Amino acid sequence: MEHAIHPEPTTFLRKHVFSVDHKVIGRQYLILGMVWALIGGLSAYLIRSQLAWPGKSIVGASLLFEGGVVLPEAYNALLTMHGTIMVFFVAMPILLGALGNFLVPLMIGARDMAFPRLNMASFWIITTASVILILSMFVPGGTAAAGWTAYPPLSARTAYTGVALGQALWILALALEFVSFLMGGVNILTTAITMRAPGMTMMRLPLMVWMQMSASVLFMLSVGPLIAGAILLLMDGLIGTNFFVPLAGGGGGDPLLWQHLFWFFGHPEVYVILLPGIGVLTEVLPTFSRKPIFSYKTILYATIVAGVLSFLVWAHHMFTSGMNPLMVMSFSITTILISVPFTLIIFALIGTLIGGSIKMTVPMLFAVGTIACFIVGGITGIFLGSAIVDTYMHDTYFVVAHFHYTLFPTVILGGLAGFYFWFPKMFGKTLNPVLGHLHFWLTAISFNILFLALFRVGLGGQVRRVWMSAPSLEPLQHLNVTATWAAIAMLLGQIPFLVNIVWTALAGTPAPGNPWNSNSLEWQTASPPPHENFAEIPTVHRGPYEYSAPGNDEDWMAQDAEPTSAAAG
Amino acid sequence: MDVTHVSEGQANRETSYAKMAIWWFLASEVMTFGGFLAAYMLYRMQAAGSWSVLAAGLNPWIATANTVVLLTSSLTIVKAHQAMQHDDQARARKMLGLTVLLGVVFLGFKAVEYSIEISHGYTPVTHIFWSFYYALTGLHGLHVVAGIVVNAVLFVHAGKGKLTLARAEAAGLYWHFVDVVWVFLFPLLYLSY
Repeated sequence: MEHAIHPEPTTFLRKHVFSVDHKVIGRQYLILGMVWALIGGLSAYLIRSQLAWPGKSIVGASLLFEGGVVLPEAYNALLTMHGTIMVFFVAMPILLGALGNFLVPLMIGARDMAFPRLNMASFWIITTASVILILSMFVPGGTAAAGWTAYPPLSARTAYTGVALGQALWILALALEFVSFLMGGVNILTTAITMRAPGMTMMRLPLMVWMQMSASVLFMLSVGPLIAGAILLLMDGLIGTNFFVPLAGGGGGDPLLWQHLFWFFGHPEVYVILLPGIGVLTEVLPTFSRKPIFSYKTILYATIVAGVLSFLVWAHHMFTSGMNPLMVMSFSITTILISVPFTLIIFALIGTLIGGSIKMTVPMLFAVGTIACFIVGGITGIFLGSAIVDTYMHDTYFVVAHFHYTLFPTVILGGLAGFYFWFPKMFGKTLNPVLGHLHFWLTAISFNILFLALFRVGLGGQVRRVWMSAPSLEPLQHLNVTATWAAIAMLLGQIPFLVNIVWTALAGTPAPGNPWNSNSLEWQTASPPPHENFAEIPTVHRGPYEYSAPGNDEDWMAQDAEPTSAAAG
Repeated sequence: MDVTHVSEGQANRETSYAKMAIWWFLASEVMTFGGFLAAYMLYRMQAAGSWSVLAAGLNPWIATANTVVLLTSSLTIVKAHQAMQHDDQARARKMLGLTVLLGVVFLGFKAVEYSIEISHGYTPVTHIFWSFYYALTGLHGLHVVAGIVVNAVLFVHAGKGKLTLARAEAAGLYWHFVDVVWVFLFPLLYLSY
């Protein structure tokens, strides 16, 4: 057990840059993800502006494009980058990299991750991947422009998109990102399984740890086939093999193979970034309802069932691809089946609120907002899971609105709930709640206007990934304009957030160790936690959700508090 | 104090980190090669026997020799692990050295095989069967290279008397996995024509 412990670093470089401390690495991932979020958000601004005012000069875009006009080729690259950045370089670094790294060792009562140096390597590998992705934007032919799903033959031959080196660099950046999170996943699982404090049984783990473990397992078991596919795609692009390119005389490959390999990963990947978001809710909701979580085991087992099912639904992304109709039927059934475990999870989360003494703090607002918006995403998912409905809706803005309604709440709103909740612990300072409230309302309202409008234009038949909508959709164009203004409002709504961070960093009041009177172990040490986290490894006596226990004077009970005779765990 | 829970916590720590991590890593590796082989088999079945003629262009004798070499190296790394159970660093070093040597022999045979095939005009772009052949054996070859590097590092460790049982076991698990992949590649590529 001693090998996880390392001496406290003394030089600046060792302490803040090449650190092996999980808390520093967590903060590094957070900064990386937030920088990418800014770039990803600005790409959305350009995409939306082009759709609202096609072919017009966009305010501020003249820095990137001649005359500020987004040409079709640039538009393709922008939408590819938006998806790639948001899924792989924002959601994963923030939810798994930052929250996973920072919280797992603290929550289980460990001094660090099982493999601190591997942890550092993971961070620097994704940083390298980030640099390569940025470089790909400046090579001749531009960056990848075949969508974040990189469907061949579009992605396999330069002739179709004019992109030469950009696509190869995109694959390389993603491959490094996968390596980084494979190493991270091994680390999180090994840590959570082998390094728990005395008394921290698996069923006493905060659900956030379970969510991080589930996400890691899903990622590690799903990414393999895509790695294989990426090798084949790289060979197609660089040396001219035909794995995914059909040949006129027969003997060529099949583009559908890529879709299968991609979505076998792609669907579990959705849960890889969604589950940690739910994990944030499982910590925030009980804390601010002052109530135990509603059925710990329901949430846990439903998560496992959803995880298993997520490997059996991938072809619902391919209903209109021309695959065997028998397969369409079976994947339609498994897809609709997966709404059962998620409904259980959502009910349990809402059940946690019922009868609680609710405190509407900023993290709680974001958490409740997550549930409200996610339900819309879940319900529209049932529409799309039905193959008959999907045949009409496929590749329209209805699909775009649907997945933004599933991932924006869990990743962004849920991630922000986590940010506001654990910020005092991570940085030892208290954020300003007024700016936090402002941030929430601006973000949540603009988000709903934006994507409700897109549901409507999608139903009208507007196709995604197209530079401008068809002339026949002119009557719906005002909704595109509304959606774009909402997107601009959402971006501007992040200003109070950034001001809050800067202000707090400069003049924030120091945070106490346990500002929310929360039970889990990370709150039972100083803010920010000292080197090696705990003065003494805590002994755990109960689960993490013992709020308002009868016979206890306080309405909370730390996991490591010595049991009294009346309130033994 | 709840005694059962405390003892469970302590038992957790005795589990080898390295072993736990390597098993999770191998699980993801199984999925990589599994996806790869599934793609190959689906294409091959779709081609309805027409790839068999192409597969006849491979050299099953060199591959058979390589199978023997690789399986023997699995034996030597087990011997290294066995030696470490008695903390016999010198013997572990010898066995690791043999494993590295056999790995290099495997790559040597493979290089000879590639050059024969290329001289016959079978390159990665000749036909999709050959694309798969080079991609699959190439990826496996890279895994062999990685295994040789790991085993060589442990060989040096053992020379200094600093090799640990956990590392010997983790390296052994990985090396066995590389062997098992070959055991799948050998019949699926060389013996099915």
